[in-house]
Amino acid sequence: MRLHFTSARTVIAPVLLGLAVLVLWQLAVVALEIKPFVLPGPVAIADQFFGNFDNVWTASAVTGWNALVGLVLGAVAGVLFATLAVLWPVLDELSAPIVAALAVIPIVALAPVLYTMYGAGAETARQIVAAIAVFIPVYLNSLRGFRQVRPVHRELMHAYAASGIQTARNVTIPSALPFIFTGLRIASSLAVISALIAEYFGGPVGGLGKSITSAASSSNYSLAWAYVLGSILLGLVFYSITLGLEKLVSRHRPTP
Amino acid sequence: MTRKDSLTVTDAHAVNVTGVSRIFSMKKKPAVTALESVDLSVAPGEFVSLIGPSGCGKSTLLRLIADLDQPTAGTIEVFGKTARQARIDQEYGIAFQQAGLLPWRTVRANIELPLELHKVGATARKARSTELLELVGLGDFGDSYPDQLSGGMQQRVAIARALAESPNLLLMDEPFGALDEMTRERMQNELIRICAETRAAVVFVTHSIPEAVFLSDRVVVMSPRPGRIRSVLPIRLGGPDDRSEHIREDAAFFEGVSAVRESLHGVPDAGNARGVDSR
Repeated sequence: MRLHFTSARTVIAPVLLGLAVLVLWQLAVVALEIKPFVLPGPVAIADQFFGNFDNVWTASAVTGWNALVGLVLGAVAGVLFATLAVLWPVLDELSAPIVAALAVIPIVALAPVLYTMYGAGAETARQIVAAIAVFIPVYLNSLRGFRQVRPVHRELMHAYAASGIQTARNVTIPSALPFIFTGLRIASSLAVISALIAEYFGGPVGGLGKSITSAASSSNYSLAWAYVLGSILLGLVFYSITLGLEKLVSRHRPTP
Repeated sequence: MTRKDSLTVTDAHAVNVTGVSRIFSMKKKPAVTALESVDLSVAPGEFVSLIGPSGCGKSTLLRLIADLDQPTAGTIEVFGKTARQARIDQEYGIAFQQAGLLPWRTVRANIELPLELHKVGATARKARSTELLELVGLGDFGDSYPDQLSGGMQQRVAIARALAESPNLLLMDEPFGALDEMTRERMQNELIRICAETRAAVVFVTHSIPEAVFLSDRVVVMSPRPGRIRSVLPIRLGGPDDRSEHIREDAAFFEGVSAVRESLHGVPDAGNARGVDSR
């Protein structure tokens, strides 16, 4: 019962707040006669969103696919590299400066360079940008996760004369999973953001980023906002799926 | 219950420690002698406690027997094998001060872990874990997760896990150290019963005098810096059938407690004979 009560409250309260904000927003736009290029009202945005739903959907699919490819590539590389760094700590020491450099570089700044490398007609540059953005949090969190094995568990596996693979499967990976998923959850939003921002720097049209800029430059502000809404929803989908996966994997785990 | 029949070699000690030293060398610090020329043998089925103040090397000695660490000098034999071979052959079961259960596994799956690692079939595993859950009085908790259990129950799961492969030797490093007094006494009673049923030899590290006296056939008193065996005291409280709760009120029990205490403090000291360490 308590669960129902709290979940109802945690769902209904933000929804009500959101609706209240939308109503106030619409009232403000109408009452204060705010110009559309400053801020269009939610009704106008919704109108454009549903009126151009097919276009928003296609654009989301293009950007979403780039983000997904980047997320998968970056995550696989991040976990793989973290595994190697745990097995050979010298690798970690050697790569620490590079990882630190990657972490502070605004990664989308690489987009124009990558466009010239892969050609302006290919989506590759965007996927690589997303992959690099994803790699950092996944790598750092996985590395930390692999180091979370409790000494008593390690000694237990040693006492059982367990093989390296058995130890990895039964102790190291389960200990690391919550950390890997924290990395993935951060990375999922980064993948969408990076793939979208990378579109601003060139490459083929059709994605959400390009659609926002072209709608804005043709003074169709409500449409631009409709694409922004699409981007928000796309980011939420990515975040929710990784959050769901994380919850699924860490069901029976005391919170650290 | 099936038992490994590895005692065919006559007069093989369960544990035989000869002239063992362990020196920890540290960077920029003088080396620490954790153990110095220690000799100890444990007979099959015998319950031996190691007791002493912090830093006396009792845990180190247990870790050496378990092959979790290697001696600087001397030899250790477990059932006539090297400690390393005994570990690989899984001659012992081990329990630590922390229960060390895997939180993502159910209680039953935790108990089955060693069996699973050593390729015991699922049916046999299930039968064995059911048996062990009953033995430690957790028959209804097989499907629970460790964080749903109290500290005492978790420790019982850890003991069940240590018993999973019916070892002839149990190594226990302060397994009840983190428990409250009442749970602790109940666990001691259960351990006596379990040992009577399994007839395993036990090497038991503790810093509680009454615990050592209540459980043991022999108490090994150790002194620190360097870790040495100061004395080995035989305790005669009768067999496991007699060793029930009332023993704690028995004169022989108090005699044992005083003897261990005197040995620990080096000199007979009537003034310290009560209330120093009530555990």
